[in-house]
Amino acid sequence: MNLSELLNQGVTALSAALGSREVSAVEIATAYLDRIEQAQPELNAFITVDREHTLRDATLADSMRAASPGQSLAGIPIAQKDVFCAKGWRTTAGSHMLENFIAPYDSAVVQQLNKQGFVTLGRANMDEFAMGSSNENSYFGPVKNPWDLSRVPGGSSGGSAAAVAAGLAPAATGTDTGGSIRQPAAWCGISGIKPTYGRVSRFGMIAYASSLDQAGIFARSAQDLAILMDVISGHDPRDATSVDRKDAPCAKELDKDIRGLRVGIPKQWFGEGLSAGVKIVVESAIQELVMMGCECVEIDLPMSEQAIPAYYVIAPAEASSNLSRFDGVRFGHRAAQYKDLAELYERSRGEGFGPEVKRRILMGSYVLSHGYYDAYYLQAQRVRRLIANDFERAFMLCDVIAGPVAPTTAFPLGSFGADPVQMYLADLYTIPVNLAGLPALSIPAGFDAGMPVGLQLIGPWWQEARLLQTAHAFQIATDWHTKRPALYSGLKP
Amino acid sequence: MTRANWEVVIGLETHAQLSTQSKIFSGASVAFGAEPNTQACAVDLGLPGVLPVPNRAAVERAIRFGLAVGAHIAPVSIFARKNYFYPDLPKGYQISQMEIPVVQGGSLRIQTKAGEKIVNLTRAHLEEDAGKSLHEDFQGQSGIDLNRAGTPLLEIVTEPEMRSSEEAVAYARALHALVRWIEICDGNMQEGSFRCDANVSVRPLGQKEFGTRCEIKNLNSFRFLERAIEFEIKRQIELIEDGGQVVQETRLFDPDRDETRSMRSKEDAHDYRYFPDPDLPPLCISEEWIAEVASGMPELPKSRRQRYVNELGLREYDADLLTATREAGEYFEALRAAANGVDAKLCANWVNGELSAAINRAGLELADAKVNPTQLAALLVRLADGTISGKIAKELFEIMWSEGGEADALIESRGLRQISDTGALEGVLKELIAKHPDQVEEYRGGKDKVFGFFVGQAMKATQGKANPAQLNALLKALLLGG
Repeated sequence: MNLSELLNQGVTALSAALGSREVSAVEIATAYLDRIEQAQPELNAFITVDREHTLRDATLADSMRAASPGQSLAGIPIAQKDVFCAKGWRTTAGSHMLENFIAPYDSAVVQQLNKQGFVTLGRANMDEFAMGSSNENSYFGPVKNPWDLSRVPGGSSGGSAAAVAAGLAPAATGTDTGGSIRQPAAWCGISGIKPTYGRVSRFGMIAYASSLDQAGIFARSAQDLAILMDVISGHDPRDATSVDRKDAPCAKELDKDIRGLRVGIPKQWFGEGLSAGVKIVVESAIQELVMMGCECVEIDLPMSEQAIPAYYVIAPAEASSNLSRFDGVRFGHRAAQYKDLAELYERSRGEGFGPEVKRRILMGSYVLSHGYYDAYYLQAQRVRRLIANDFERAFMLCDVIAGPVAPTTAFPLGSFGADPVQMYLADLYTIPVNLAGLPALSIPAGFDAGMPVGLQLIGPWWQEARLLQTAHAFQIATDWHTKRPALYSGLKP
Repeated sequence: MTRANWEVVIGLETHAQLSTQSKIFSGASVAFGAEPNTQACAVDLGLPGVLPVPNRAAVERAIRFGLAVGAHIAPVSIFARKNYFYPDLPKGYQISQMEIPVVQGGSLRIQTKAGEKIVNLTRAHLEEDAGKSLHEDFQGQSGIDLNRAGTPLLEIVTEPEMRSSEEAVAYARALHALVRWIEICDGNMQEGSFRCDANVSVRPLGQKEFGTRCEIKNLNSFRFLERAIEFEIKRQIELIEDGGQVVQETRLFDPDRDETRSMRSKEDAHDYRYFPDPDLPPLCISEEWIAEVASGMPELPKSRRQRYVNELGLREYDADLLTATREAGEYFEALRAAANGVDAKLCANWVNGELSAAINRAGLELADAKVNPTQLAALLVRLADGTISGKIAKELFEIMWSEGGEADALIESRGLRQISDTGALEGVLKELIAKHPDQVEEYRGGKDKVFGFFVGQAMKATQGKANPAQLNALLKALLLGG
């Protein structure tokens, strides 16, 4: 296999090549960095690339391998969403507020990956503070969809998804608060997983909505997702919401037979609102699962239509408080001119935050205000409980739930400029999962008018392994996940 | 002002800094007095991405407090965020407890001139302290020191049940003694480890509804607490009697001018937008945990006091003094253990009498007493068995206090042993009688007062070592028997 082919493969192939000394970590990192350089001007998938830093990591990985050949993942490159603090890397969260913030410590996810010798290729672009579904809210400019540069890649982890889809990285980290991994994975034609809330430490991950945020992975296959999940999962005493469990590694059980698996189809998710093209692709994928020996059952998620209003109360409420620390006092952007403390705050925050962030801070402050708290925040929490109950009932009838990730394929840039609420509504299939804290993934299921369509699989709490087994079996039976955007087939090497 | 027509209503909120090694949600040290910003880690600075993790030792101290005041310890309580902007509040919110605090109810017994009173507690909740803003020495700017940020506090809130500054101070003193007793707070008021906010209102005698209250913040001495409340009572009564109205507001006490001043009115009050902190799961406290904490609790003042009165037969006054602080009781306990067989009342008299007087004179704490319980016990054993007299015991104590040394050795080396040998004493007395025939005649003639003259002379002749009981009996017999 030549280098160019190798770069288009995933983590598994790279690990094998590194293990056989066919290629070094430095060679691989250099090749991906060259690709990033070629693609960056039009794709804008990265906020920060630091060739020197990356090659230092790669050199270290090569010596790790030399010292202990058991380090099977040392030297695998990865793109990091710019929301994970990484010591010595500029960590912006896509915001002017943190344009010059160099993180003084490693987030748990980065730390776990570094420990295995992963090499950071760069800091992936994202919607500002992970707020958005299109990556158009980045202070550092929108990311383009590698399948069609006039379209968005999805968001908020748009840079991570576009980088993996375009072959600029074999894998990437992401975060998913309301669909921010699954939706860009679907729209960029790659695989992405959002784990159960509490499975991956949030320590060092710049918070958007703490009770919903969860770190996850983008990769080229379910198999690669499983390998990376096992690296980043696990209890962390530094995160009080991280859960101490002893689950078997996902990668170990990947080949488990899925025949007889009961696949739940939510009847509310295939009606009005789902575009005809996406519906056909998702239904064929479900048909494929049936042909593989799965059994379909219809399930009822009546409360899921309340998910978006509940989400847009809870998430902004938490965000309004989480983002208070960006006040211009200790770090981050500080206005050049101010005459008193109030003006220091107003100007620093006024200049540092973009419009969508301000909108959500305002919404969040409003719903927490005296006199509105019960009607909005508490009511939304009750809805959240009911949505979780829906899923609990559904999982008495089925083992996994299958459905669409998003109602359409990636839309053209600028489609919803004047009407953010229309864009909010497009997250109707992903948000309920975050509210319930469940694990879910998105895998390539086909195309609608040349744009990728994803299949969403949702599991009961802590059943990532079952989701990955199902996805892996699907990827053995199909080849959608191997398709690559023609625009990026000519990268050198 | 006609104070007699008014009833005063006071409620106190006390912030007790919990004596943990590290902060309530981070591993940074809480030691006082370090260079600014040297004891603040990433969590205390509120850096992007950091998360709070509750300190088990802080929760344990809250449980101790709940047990000590007979409160309900909530099996599940909730940490909430109190949102406001201030430069010394790094995250833009303070983590506290709002709707469901960890300690609910409970009460404290106080003692005033009027007698005993029970003050009921509303709640006590865990929260983190903010940093400090330093407004001097920065050329028009303010300096921020975040060493204190994240220091664990227990905020203890009473019902509005106190009716005078005297009661408020008595409560504050009792609470101060209790938190030190159960070792959850060092009680250092100068360093701000124990500070009170007083809610004060007045109402015409007999009126049921409360008057409008003012909150006086951050009173860090009992004297300031008393003076601030006194000023505030006077201010409010005068205001109302002059036809004005009390405005609900937060006020600050200025000790230099001895007055309270408005800090912010209700209209400027923040909307703190409290909501449960999504970074912290509900705080769960199991029965087992409570039992474990309870098993490590010291005997509490209330039950110790009862035991002293009922079992040891001490006077209430002595029992109160011995349970005013944990140290006094511990000294007394140690003394009793070492002074085997010595009457408890004698021990109590000495701790509350000679010992406490010596400590006060020297301006020391009990822990630094120059005569330790074992030493004092040896002295009391000799007093009780008649080896030395009461008078000599006091002299001996003074020697031990100022020069050190052990009772038995000093008794021998300085010849302090009481003369209980009737033969020796008889010789001395016979000599006296022979020397003072006139006085003997007077006594025999019915002038009883002269008996005292002979006692005095006998004590002088024996350097005070004569056993007083023996001396009396023997002297009487010799004078009368002639």
